[in-house]
Amino acid sequence: MARQVIHHEYDAVIVGAGGAGLMAALEASKRCRVAVVSKLYPTRSHTGTAQGGIGAALGNLEPDSWEWHMFDTVKGGDYLPDQDAVEVMCREAIDVVYSLEHMGLPFNRTPEGKIDQRRFGGHTMELGKAPVRRACYAADRTGHMILQTLYQQCIKQGVAFFDEFHLTDVLVSGGRCAGVVALCLATGELHCFRAKAVLLATGGFGRMFKVTSNAHTLTGDGCSIVFRRGVPLEDMEFFQFHPTGIYKLGILVTEGARGEGGVLLNGKGERFMERYAPTMKDLAPRDMISRAIYREVQEGRGVDGKDYVHLDLTKLDPDVVERKLPDITDFVRTYLGVDPVKELVPVQPTAHYAMGGIPTNTNAQVVADAKNSVLTGLYAAGECACVSVHGGNRLGTNSLVDIVVFGRRGGRHIAESVGKMELPPLPSDALSRSHEEIGRLTSNLGGESAAAIRTELQQVMMDRVSVYREETGLKEALATISTLRSRYRKVEVEDRSLSYNTELQEALELGYLLDLAWATTVGALARTESRGAHSREDFPKRDDANWLKHSLAFATDGNIKLDYKPVSITRFQPKERIY
Amino acid sequence: MQIRIKIKRYNPEREPKEQWREYAVEADPMDRVLDALHAVKWQRDGSLAFRRSCAHGICGSDAMMINGRNRLACKVLIKDLKQPITIEPMRGFPVLKDLIVDMTRFFEKYRQVKPYLINDTPEPKTERLQSPEDRERYDDTTKCILCGACTTACPSFWANKEYVGPAAIVQAHRFLFDSRDHGAAERKPVLDDTMGVWRCRTIFSCTDACPRGIQVTKAIGEVKKLLATGGPPPATAVPKPS
Ligand SMILES: Cc1cc2nc3c(=O)[nH]c(=O)nc-3n(C[C@H](O)[C@H](O)[C@H](O)COP(=O)(O)OP(=O)(O)OC[C@H]3O[C@@H](n4cnc5c(N)ncnc54)[C@H](O)[C@@H]3O)c2cc1C
Ligand code: SF4
Ligand code: FES
Repeated sequence: MARQVIHHEYDAVIVGAGGAGLMAALEASKRCRVAVVSKLYPTRSHTGTAQGGIGAALGNLEPDSWEWHMFDTVKGGDYLPDQDAVEVMCREAIDVVYSLEHMGLPFNRTPEGKIDQRRFGGHTMELGKAPVRRACYAADRTGHMILQTLYQQCIKQGVAFFDEFHLTDVLVSGGRCAGVVALCLATGELHCFRAKAVLLATGGFGRMFKVTSNAHTLTGDGCSIVFRRGVPLEDMEFFQFHPTGIYKLGILVTEGARGEGGVLLNGKGERFMERYAPTMKDLAPRDMISRAIYREVQEGRGVDGKDYVHLDLTKLDPDVVERKLPDITDFVRTYLGVDPVKELVPVQPTAHYAMGGIPTNTNAQVVADAKNSVLTGLYAAGECACVSVHGGNRLGTNSLVDIVVFGRRGGRHIAESVGKMELPPLPSDALSRSHEEIGRLTSNLGGESAAAIRTELQQVMMDRVSVYREETGLKEALATISTLRSRYRKVEVEDRSLSYNTELQEALELGYLLDLAWATTVGALARTESRGAHSREDFPKRDDANWLKHSLAFATDGNIKLDYKPVSITRFQPKERIY
Repeated sequence: MQIRIKIKRYNPEREPKEQWREYAVEADPMDRVLDALHAVKWQRDGSLAFRRSCAHGICGSDAMMINGRNRLACKVLIKDLKQPITIEPMRGFPVLKDLIVDMTRFFEKYRQVKPYLINDTPEPKTERLQSPEDRERYDDTTKCILCGACTTACPSFWANKEYVGPAAIVQAHRFLFDSRDHGAAERKPVLDDTMGVWRCRTIFSCTDACPRGIQVTKAIGEVKKLLATGGPPPATAVPKPS
């Protein structure tokens, strides 16, 4: 059966229907014709799994200010975030949270009926003096409620959705973006969307690691596809490991559990975080706690000599656990058979969040070089983008802020710009890459298995490119990735059917992961310092003189070339990072 | 250990009829059924089609019938199931391929109840206030992940596909009992109808099926009562703006 091709024209196409994509769609569709293309049905997006909260200095329970939020974000990111962008985010966070409430988001409430707020790692009052209640939350399903609320509003507004359409290419012609190509999963048809503006909101890529909190579908599709089209990827060496993943499964236990009073214990029952972060203790930033857990394990203080520690929630009021953390209580009971009210929960660091991604400015426009030149018509927002507001390490609750603030800004900028623009011409070979890639995977014979390659990739990334890194290990990882990439050329998809060919889809996704793992490892090997989540055993100190800069990885003729660009520093000069 | 798993396969591009296939794969008792499906897909037959994403019961992708009951494959453990484990698609929607069903009608019904906050009063500068008690009244129904397990376990729905179904009523409940919502009158025609809440025969299959532990039948009962008494209950304790 031949693969049909169908053509569409829109003012704007938004790829991805998580928090970033839906927020952009809501804004843009107020003033222009928008299509949302998503490989998942929108409410299945990974934003729905976010648990703990969205940070905004509302000051509903304690004094707070956006400047303090800004300081915490910059310090949490180990001074790598661009401070102009962080300022935009922390100021607008307040307004965007009210706006979500007006849309109907069911936040938990204070006795006065205001949005309730709780503590979260790295969020402080008065520039580091003490933890502050800044995370606005809806039980431990804040992301679920954001995703549902935004989708509800999109329905109300009549946004056009193309559900279960998998992006296969982003079209660039004459130095600007001209549209996208997507595979309709139900029919196997290719759809070509010609558009004045494209916003990518395809989420993260935690699936390149073996133990991760990320969904099976988080494979960095948008990042890899534009990387192949010559757009650089920024700060790829910074990947966050969240300290409390459920042992072996990687399923997340929110930092909110520690915000409510939970503590970490090593194999000897000691509160080891007191030694690593005397002020913030168990609410220190994630990179520090993940390293502390690795150290405890290395020095023989893991539980039963194994590679995990305990999260203790037994000292909390059982009612607080059941009411404020119902979902994670359910996860722990379901998947471990452990009752967190009475028993200790085994946890280990889990690959969680990509700080790096597609470089953008504060209007979510993609900037394609070290001079921040705008690639007209192309936008990115959410976890796939790098503005950069998270720098070397993201603070908890700041991704939900990032996706709604910059999703909204991107949507607005598109709405303001497309009126003045013509529909760009499609390149003559618009469909050829998609045809070629799908054709190769479905015609290879007697070849390699995508599942086997993926397993090897996830293992080497976990062993060599996770919480601690050093030169020999990184070189080993690079060699393995290079072998896996050549084996990937021979991957055979046995399913030749058009409808719901999920084997083909998984093979495409593996291709994206291989690209991103490669860029991550190249960036990690080059950066000879330790900053935020990037921790080199052979270069344990932060080196501002040489490395206070963003990396840009370009794909050039089968190689990766690195370039660098400066960090925007407006209010806070780099200092040592102590908690 | 080795486990046996029987899957109802269907691929209309290859074979017009559905057929049962049995597979033996390695699995740990603590593994999820989803892990076993992946083992089949990744080691035995790549063409096996099912939806999944989060793998921990939050995205609502993988509702299917497991040993005769609607469950999420990622939320049932192997150790809790009798073997051979039988797996088939949810009942009541057209099957497209293997375990993938066409959810179009499910989402049409969802849209019919106007699943969004209706409140045309001017937005205040900060949040609209809501007391914790009023927030609590619709807490249960905010958990819904639109997986479809309830609707496709409902005998009333199997008997009449025009029935709006438990999942849509759960969504309506979430707004009808939200003190900020003014949309009761707009939603009434769909709900207060023989194909609306009155089709429910209180069989409780939906409540048994719901992977989020939502008291679905109770929520439907509350919506029935609201329609019978002619309006949403007054807000219990709306706090005074300070
Ligand atoms: C378990 C967990 C808990 C978290 N908790 C918090 C928290 O409490 N606070 C916080 O701030 N952050 C939290 N985060 C992080 C945060 O949830 C995510 O970073 C954020 O939701 C990402 O949103 P997004 O819109 O960028 O992408 P996603 O929500 O991941 O959406 C990606 C979208 O892209 C689409 N897509 C992907 N590839 C393609 C393709 N090829 N073609 C078409 N569409 C495609 C998908 O269908 C999906 O709709 C958490 C993350 C996890 C994993
Ligand atoms: S009510 Fe429960 S079973 Fe029904 S769709 Fe929602 S989550 Fe699924
Ligand atoms: S895979 Fe998300 S609910 Fe099962």
